[in-house]
Amino acid sequence: MNALEISDVWKYYGDFPALREVALNIEPGSTMALLGRNGAGKTTLLRIIAGLSRPSRGSIKIQGADAREQSTRQRIGVLGHGIALYDELSAIENLTLFGKLYGLPDPRNRADEMLERVGLSRVRDGLAREFSRGMRQRLAVGRAFLHDPEVLLLDEPFTALDDRAIAVLQSMIQSMRDRGRTIIMSTHQLREALDLASHVALLQRGQIVHTGERTQQMLDDTGWLYRTYGDN
Amino acid sequence: MWTIAAKDLHSELRTKEAWNASIAFSVVILLLFAFAFDPSSDQIREFGSGLLWMTYAFAGALVLNRSFARELQNDCLDALIASPISSAALFVGKALANFAMLFAVELFSLPVFGLFYNTWPPHFAPLFLVMVLGTWALTIIGTLFSALTVNLRLRELMLPTLVYPMMIPVLIAAMTITTNVLAGNAMGFGVRFLVAFDIIFTTLAVVFVDTVLVG
Amino acid sequence: MREKIIIGLAAFAGALLAWNMNTIFTQLPDELNQGAIYRIIYFHVPANILGMSGFGLGMLFSIGYLVTKDLRYDALAASVTEVSLVFASIGLATGSIWARIIWGVWWAWDYRLTSWLVCWLIFGGYLMLRRAVDEPNQRARFAAVVSILGSVNAYISYKSIEWWTTQHPQPVLSIRNGGGMAEGMEAPIWWNLLALACFSTILVMVRMRQESFAREIDTLRRMAHAQ
Repeated sequence: MNALEISDVWKYYGDFPALREVALNIEPGSTMALLGRNGAGKTTLLRIIAGLSRPSRGSIKIQGADAREQSTRQRIGVLGHGIALYDELSAIENLTLFGKLYGLPDPRNRADEMLERVGLSRVRDGLAREFSRGMRQRLAVGRAFLHDPEVLLLDEPFTALDDRAIAVLQSMIQSMRDRGRTIIMSTHQLREALDLASHVALLQRGQIVHTGERTQQMLDDTGWLYRTYGDN
Repeated sequence: MWTIAAKDLHSELRTKEAWNASIAFSVVILLLFAFAFDPSSDQIREFGSGLLWMTYAFAGALVLNRSFARELQNDCLDALIASPISSAALFVGKALANFAMLFAVELFSLPVFGLFYNTWPPHFAPLFLVMVLGTWALTIIGTLFSALTVNLRLRELMLPTLVYPMMIPVLIAAMTITTNVLAGNAMGFGVRFLVAFDIIFTTLAVVFVDTVLVG
Repeated sequence: MREKIIIGLAAFAGALLAWNMNTIFTQLPDELNQGAIYRIIYFHVPANILGMSGFGLGMLFSIGYLVTKDLRYDALAASVTEVSLVFASIGLATGSIWARIIWGVWWAWDYRLTSWLVCWLIFGGYLMLRRAVDEPNQRARFAAVVSILGSVNAYISYKSIEWWTTQHPQPVLSIRNGGGMAEGMEAPIWWNLLALACFSTILVMVRMRQESFAREIDTLRRMAHAQ
C-alpha cells in the first residue's frame, strides 16, 4: 500500500483551476521533494493533503484512508509557514497541548523529551513570545514531530531558519528517514531539499510535469529540472 | 474538546485581553445609561432587564470576536484543523470557553447593575437560569460566526453585523423573562422558547461548522 | 434568445402594471375607513410576498449549492436574495408610509413590520458578507450557511416578535385588511403580484448574467496572476 495516493485531484478557486489532474503515488519510506515556482500550487496541494481544505475533484488517500479522517490526521505531521504556537503559553505548555490533541498517552513527558531533543529544555517554562526567532522555529519543529507521525508534510521548511534550527530539522528528518517514515517537502531551496530527497516531483501551473527518483544530475546541477521543463 | 476549552481559558487568564475590555465596556455602558435615563426605581423595573441584556450582548461581542481570532496569530488555526480533533469538538470546546468567559463577565456586571440601579431580583435562581440559557444562545451563534468571519478582512465589522440580527429573538425572550424575574413574577413561556432556540441552533452550528472551517 | 425573453417579460409586465394601475386609480372607489391611501396595499402586499418567498427560495438554492458545489446555485441564491431585499425594502417603506398616514407615526411596533425589519437586517448582512469574501467557492459556502441559518432565524424571529408584541399594548391595526375585502378590490393585488414577479424574474436574470461575468473576470484575473 502506498503511503500516499493522489488521484485526479483538481482544486478550483472560482472557475480557475489552481490544481489540475494531479496524480501522485508516494511509496512508504520515501522522501519526496515537491518543486515548483511560486504560484505553481505547492502550498495548495500540501494543504489538501494535510486535510486543511478539500479538493474540488479527485481523492487523496493516505495509507489507504481519506485525508480528512481522524485516524489519518493522527498520523500526519505538518510544518507550515507559520509556527503554529501560542505566544502566551510556555514551551512545555505548548507541546503538552498538542500532545493532548494528538492523544498521546503521556503528553507531558513526551513534551519534555522533545524539548530536550530540540535543545530547548533550558527554557521549558519560558513563554513562546519571549523566544528568539530561531528558538520559536525549533519549538515548531518539535511540535510537528511530537506525535511521531508516519507521514510528514513540510511546506518550505528551510526557509528563514537560522543555522541551529536547520541543523535540528535536518537531524530530525534524517532520523525519520532512518525509521522508514514518509516525508513530503515543498521547496525552492533546491540544495538542502534535494540532498535529503529520494524522489522529486515538479509542479507547474497546477500540473505535475515530472515525477521520478532524484538523480545525481539533479544534485550536481540544481537548476536542471526547471530548465528542462522550460521554467526559469 | 475539553482540551480546547481549557486552552482557551488558560490563554485568556494569562493575557486577560478580552476580559479586561469586556468588563470595562460593560461598566461604561451601565454608567452611561445611568446618565441617559434617570435611574429612579419605578421606571428601572421596565428598562432594567433590557439594559442588562444589551450590556451583556455588547460586552459579549468583544469576547466572541477574540474566540477564533486568537488562533490567527502564528497560524495556530491550521494546526488545530490539521490535528485529529473534529471540527465539531473544536467548535464546542471554544463555545464552552466562551460561555464561561461571558458568564463570568455577566456575573461581574450584575452587582454593578444592582448598585447603579438599585434593583435586585427577589430570587436569584430564575435569573441565573435565564442568564445560562440566553448566554448559551449568544455563545453558539457568536462562536460559529467567529469561525466564519475569522479570515475576512472586515472581521470586527462583519461579526456584529451578522450576529446581532440573529440574536434579536433571544434578546427579546431573555429581556421579557428578566423583567418578570426582577419583579418577582413567574418566568413565563419564554423559557421554553430559549431552550428550543438553544437546541435548534446548537444542532445547526455543529452541523455546519465543518463546512465553514474546512469546506 | 435570452434578451428576447427579458424584453418579452418586461413588455408583458409593463402592460399588466399599466392596466392594473388604471384599474386601481380610476375604477376602484376609495376605501371606507382609510381613504385614498389604502391603494398602497397593491404594492405593499405583493412586495412582501415576493420578498418572503425570495428569501425562502434563496435558502433552497443555498442548500443546493452545499449539496452539489455548483457555483450556479450560489449565483441563483445571491441573485434571488438580492432582489428579495429590494422588495423587502419596498415593503418596509410602503408599510412605513401607510403607518404614517393612518396612525400618524412613521414606525409602529407591529409584529409583522418589526420582524420584517429583522429579516431585512439578516439578509442585508448576507449581502455584506458576500462582498467581504474574495474567493468564489469560499464566498458561496459562507453565504450558504448564513442563508440557511438566517432563514431559520427569520422564521423564529417572526414567531417571537409576534409573541412579544402581544405582551404589550399595540395600535389597533390591520395592515392587511384581514379577510373580506370588497368585491373587485382584491384582484388587483394578485395582478400586481404577477407583474412584479415578472419584473423580479427579469432582475434575477440580469443579476445572474452579472454573476457569470464576475466569475469569468475572476478566473481571468487568477490566470493572469499565475503567469
